[in-house]
Amino acid sequence: MTPIISRGFRGRRQDGPPDRVPPGQYLTDDFPVLSAGPTPHTELEEWTFTIDGSGVEPVRWTWDELQALPTEEVTVDIHCVTKWSKLDTAWEGVSLDTLLGAVDHDKDYALAFADGGYTTNVPVEDLTGGKAWVAYRYGGEPLEPEHGGPARLLVPHLYFWKSAKWVRGLRLLDEDEPGFWEQNGYHLYGDPWKEQRYWGD
Amino acid sequence: MEGTAVLGRLTWLAATVAATREETQRVRTLELEADGWGGHRAGQHLDVRLTAEDGYQAQRSYSIASAPGEPLAITVERLDDGEVSPYLVDVVRDGDVLEVRGPIGGYFVWDGDEEESVLLVAGGSGVVPLAAMARRRARLGATAPMRLLYSSRTWDDVIYRDELEALGAEVVYTLTRAQPAGWTGYSRRIDDDLLREVAFPADARPRVYVCGSTRFVDAAADGLVRLGYDPAWIRTERFGATG
Repeated sequence: MTPIISRGFRGRRQDGPPDRVPPGQYLTDDFPVLSAGPTPHTELEEWTFTIDGSGVEPVRWTWDELQALPTEEVTVDIHCVTKWSKLDTAWEGVSLDTLLGAVDHDKDYALAFADGGYTTNVPVEDLTGGKAWVAYRYGGEPLEPEHGGPARLLVPHLYFWKSAKWVRGLRLLDEDEPGFWEQNGYHLYGDPWKEQRYWGD
Repeated sequence: MEGTAVLGRLTWLAATVAATREETQRVRTLELEADGWGGHRAGQHLDVRLTAEDGYQAQRSYSIASAPGEPLAITVERLDDGEVSPYLVDVVRDGDVLEVRGPIGGYFVWDGDEEESVLLVAGGSGVVPLAAMARRRARLGATAPMRLLYSSRTWDDVIYRDELEALGAEVVYTLTRAQPAGWTGYSRRIDDDLLREVAFPADARPRVYVCGSTRFVDAAADGLVRLGYDPAWIRTERFGATG
């Protein structure tokens, strides 16, 4: 349908580079929070990250073991389905290539799970090849609980709900399986450049 | 279609502004007529898209204020540095046409046939989706106990003030910045003592919906967990920078 002109609406033009702001997004300097329930607070001594799946020999890291793995510093743009985008966010964490490289599997899909019962599905090929991390530092500081600390998934090329806060592991799957938001109206894959916000987009 | 989630693609619909209502100095309700709107559930939101004459577009999400079956309405608070909300609050008038799509969200919803007591906790314009739930309850004549704890800065900032009590839900106000003369309600930010006095006891296992700013939601949700509420009972919706 041809867009309807909104009488008297001028809008504020994006000052950001158009090749970095996907359609329907606006830039913010804040770091808004989106989550479905209370913020969990897991003690680091009890924290683990586990990769498992049917027929997969599970691999588990404690917090200290995760910290001992090679870290990467990445600066990326992030895009939330609620329309804000934030450029040049600086993270530190462990590449999913490192973590998945420690697991013997032939699965194509993953369901990330997190404290609070939250899940989100991501194809394995979107978690490998230098595209995804388990991030535990943001802006040079430990990641705050409200932003997903102690550690969150970071998959910046997809809408940010895929970057599960309070992540505790990945369940590897043969078939794609919708996670929490994906069962509640949000797109199964979530490419911001295709504006895949909701079911059917 | 009342009360059903809509599957399939959410297309942009033309929505004519049928009526507007000033709720407070900063908040306005827009009643929208959108051909093809398939109904919604209390607590869901929709996307609004505005298009400037040169084709520039901006989108934002707004909670739906109306109960399922009522004329579709959103309630918008003006954010002074916002891009879309000042237009919706100050510029739009009856007969103008916006674009909307939705409804969106299947978690922060209350359908009215749930048996548990319902605790609603609102900070500022976070009351909007919660009021949809209270309206839903009134329309259905549902008997589940419902209590709304509503934090506002001042009495003049209370949205739907005249309507809320008439809906039959219990409403407990706290005014955090200034109180009218003779005020006997709470006059501080939500804290654990206040929650202990107002919230259903944990052994009632209520359903909880908390909506407001991130700081507000964290204070309320963390406090309820300290009161013994299971985090799984608590559904939150937070608004950050949504201009």
